[in-house]
Amino acid sequence: MALTLIVLLPFVGALLPGLMIRAGRNGCALATGAVTLLAFVLLMSQAPAVFAGEVVHARWEWLPAIGLDANFFLDGLGFLFAGLILGIGLLIITYARFYLSRNDPMGQFYTYLLLFQGAMVGIVLCDNILLLLIFWELTSLSSFLLIGYWKHLPEGRQGARMALAVTGMGGLAMIAGMLILGEIAGSYDLSTILQEGEAIRASQWYVPALILILLGCFTKSAQFPFHFWLPHAMAAPTPVSAYLHSATMVKAGIFLMARLWPVLAGTDWWFYIVATTGLFTMVMAAWIALFKDDLKGLLAFSTVSHLALITFLFGLGTPIAAVAGVFHIINHASFKAALFMTAGIIDHETGTRDIKKLGGLMVLMPITMTIATLAALSMAGVPLLNGFLTKEMMLHEALHTEWAGVPWLLGAAAVVGAIFSVAYSFRYIAHVFLGPKRDDYPHHPHDPPFGMYLPPLILIVPVVLIGLFPAAVAGPLVAVAADAVTGGNLPDYHLAIWHGFNLTLVSSLAALALGAFLLWRHRQANAVRLSVPRPEAKRIFETLVDGAAAGARLFTDGLHNGSLRRYLAVMIGACILAGATAFLNASHAPGGRELTHVPIITLLAWAVLIGACVTIVIFHRQRLLTLVIVGVVGMLVSLGFVYLSAPDLALTQISVEVVTVILLLLALNFLPKQTPRDSGTGRRLRDGLLAGLGGLGVGGIIYAVMTRDFTTISDFHLAQSKPGGGGTNVVNVILVDFRGFDTFGEIIVLGIAALAIYALLDGALNGPAVKRLRSWVPDQERARDRHPMMLVVATRVMLPLSLMVGLFIFLRGHNEPGGGFIAGLVVAIAFLMQYMASGFGWAERRMKIDYHLLIGWGVLAAGFTGVGAWIAGRPFLTSDFAHVHLPVFGDFELATAMAFDVGVFLTVVGSVMVALANLSRLARVTEGPISDDPMDVDPQRRGPGTGMPDAAHTGKAEG
Amino acid sequence: MIEIALIIGFACFSLALVLNLYRLAKGPGIADRVLALDTMVINGIAILILYGMWEGTAVYFEAALLFAMVGFISTVAYCKFILRGDIIE
Repeated sequence: MALTLIVLLPFVGALLPGLMIRAGRNGCALATGAVTLLAFVLLMSQAPAVFAGEVVHARWEWLPAIGLDANFFLDGLGFLFAGLILGIGLLIITYARFYLSRNDPMGQFYTYLLLFQGAMVGIVLCDNILLLLIFWELTSLSSFLLIGYWKHLPEGRQGARMALAVTGMGGLAMIAGMLILGEIAGSYDLSTILQEGEAIRASQWYVPALILILLGCFTKSAQFPFHFWLPHAMAAPTPVSAYLHSATMVKAGIFLMARLWPVLAGTDWWFYIVATTGLFTMVMAAWIALFKDDLKGLLAFSTVSHLALITFLFGLGTPIAAVAGVFHIINHASFKAALFMTAGIIDHETGTRDIKKLGGLMVLMPITMTIATLAALSMAGVPLLNGFLTKEMMLHEALHTEWAGVPWLLGAAAVVGAIFSVAYSFRYIAHVFLGPKRDDYPHHPHDPPFGMYLPPLILIVPVVLIGLFPAAVAGPLVAVAADAVTGGNLPDYHLAIWHGFNLTLVSSLAALALGAFLLWRHRQANAVRLSVPRPEAKRIFETLVDGAAAGARLFTDGLHNGSLRRYLAVMIGACILAGATAFLNASHAPGGRELTHVPIITLLAWAVLIGACVTIVIFHRQRLLTLVIVGVVGMLVSLGFVYLSAPDLALTQISVEVVTVILLLLALNFLPKQTPRDSGTGRRLRDGLLAGLGGLGVGGIIYAVMTRDFTTISDFHLAQSKPGGGGTNVVNVILVDFRGFDTFGEIIVLGIAALAIYALLDGALNGPAVKRLRSWVPDQERARDRHPMMLVVATRVMLPLSLMVGLFIFLRGHNEPGGGFIAGLVVAIAFLMQYMASGFGWAERRMKIDYHLLIGWGVLAAGFTGVGAWIAGRPFLTSDFAHVHLPVFGDFELATAMAFDVGVFLTVVGSVMVALANLSRLARVTEGPISDDPMDVDPQRRGPGTGMPDAAHTGKAEG
Repeated sequence: MIEIALIIGFACFSLALVLNLYRLAKGPGIADRVLALDTMVINGIAILILYGMWEGTAVYFEAALLFAMVGFISTVAYCKFILRGDIIE
């Protein structure tokens, strides 16, 4: 339980900073710190168990069907990492409070930070690789937000994008790798996978899984050739760099290598990929770091180099090297976070991080100088500081391992890397703090406030203490963590400063001396660097990204260039190809069913339908005419539904037709009345051929299906309708009861669609479109009578009748054709009639219903009906019904489905009205205010020619 | 007897449907075509009712009722569009 809480705390706590920022910057920082502190204390409460060698588990089934469970476990490795993440997180929160300026949105910063922290803790504590992948992606996303925190800086945005692209790509590869790993092991639980090392290494899928997972690790931990994103991510605020790029995110890749070490390590593939990449990256990055003039750039490349060092140690595949790797994780986190923070302090106080503009800060910033010097000396590997110990161990391992039969290669490379490392570490001291005091700093430098140098100061304590008493201070932690990494095969070792006078010590001291010499000859070394070609990683990356984007665009545009014709041609062509392939490679037999007799009237209706379709093809460029003929098709389809015994469908179709016509006419008002002729004969032939073939194919399929006997589910529904749903109209029972959950989803979608129409049009009416609408001139002659009296009177008479019909259709829906959906359409049409007859303004003022609310009430009514089933202790939307007897009305039945149907009804009315009312708003923008009269003619006034409609225009307005 | 009457009725209204289609295709004006559609709906209602009598059921009555009630609204909408362009103003 405590484990789950540790992971959840930062996520839940991420809500706090945004609220607490109202209480001031201190309150915000305190709240954030309290969350992290609480998680840290919880973690520490598990320490006794961990140090006793226990593994703490917390299990919670989430999606067991796909093997995704929220399982967490805490062993030595997880404890080490969680401690680093939360502990350094606490220091960073303190530091950031003083680092961020008043203009930076601090609440946002701490929210991102906590999200990131939660994701990181999730990675190191989770016991399920699918869950791990989720947290892995979360770190990529949250670090994107953190790196791009200064949104106004283009470098920040570019750096964030690059980091997301590279680590995200690695994450994708890792998903595949993890799935393979899970398949081999037969479980996605890490604890199970860790037991299956033998089987996994023996599997033929081992190499693909290894490479894919390493892609994820190397991108995250910035190993060659993916190292380039880390320096660009330095555009982030320094607390972010100190947190993400020293102690946490970049160590996620390292963590995973350590976590999967018992499973994946120990093979040649592992050794040659991981150790070689590690060593090469270490030397290369150290060389680049030596010449970086940006303090954070120097630290970034030194981080790449040190991560590579750890990678190299894990890559060696021996337990003793793994111990050294674990130890260096601790050491690096302490001195590198401290160094980043001092870099931030220098930047903050002097106004620059350019080494060329610095120097001589020793007297001006003595405290900062002390902290930075100790940390940098540790990074260089000077004795009595913790960096020395692991550098010794690394050199020892490198000097005693042979690579492809060459015994000295690894050792030599490691020494060269150590020399560069010493040189850039000394440079951080010498070129920043030593030398003469200058008088051209952008600000007047002085030591920062206490709160700002406290965090690095705290980090320096372990740097010195571990350096002096390694076994006593770090021994137990290294032991439990390394025990977890090596899977219980902890080798015999002892952490000590003095191992005797041997080759390792000689090379270590030589590295110190040569490093100092190299720094002394920095100018000449730089000349050497400038004389060799240096590929610019950022440019290569951008070229690659641009190339990929161009390729994708080419492919997409080729298929689908925005032309509906092209799109349909590709789609239908593909369908025809697939269908033809299947058709030509199979045997065919006619269906065995006897054909039914066709009455002549059916044949006639069919002929009219075909005739109407042909007419559409002929007149398709005249849009209004097309719409009229579509009405014919709709009517015939409705008749067809009746004929084929589907009265519910027929009723729906009839009402939908009307709404569709109104909708399209509203839109057509602002559209050209003629479709321009824009395809040549060749293209029309092609399209005609495709359409013909497609139609024949679909017809053939339908014929094949309908001439065969097939089993249907209809009989089951028909039999169950009355006993199971309490209604005899099986269509309605299916809608509101058997498949009620589907309907519930559908009415929600319907409501969302209507609200989206409202939102889109509302946006358009407040945007530049308004100007165009105001200057819009109707493209046809207009009759003067806006609201003809006959129409007004007829619709008034129709209103109560229509509402009555709506009610009737609704009430009988459960047993006879009808139901909430059709009733909703009928009522909406009844309302629409009034809008059409007397105008929107008039009807709107008399209609006291808020249609937006109606949608909401509808969805709520349906939802509450479903929830009601819970009260009876049954699953959501379980229906119930009872027969009631009333004296006058006789027997009738009440079903909960009726309440659900009310929800459907309300949503449909609301959605139709919102959609159409808003479309008609477009036209109202183009016109001036409209009178409040129901019609243009006043029947009480007598006399000739009072605004009677001028019928002269009616005949001319042909499309 | 009633069967013969029904058959004659079917024949008349079916023929009317075909003639409506002719008018729809021929035009010449858009108003003629809207009128053709409207008449077609009325003929459709008639056929529905006749079909219900033929089958001896009242199930088709609602469809006919709905056709009669809302069918004319499309016609009104078309007409308003021809007259004013804007159907809800």
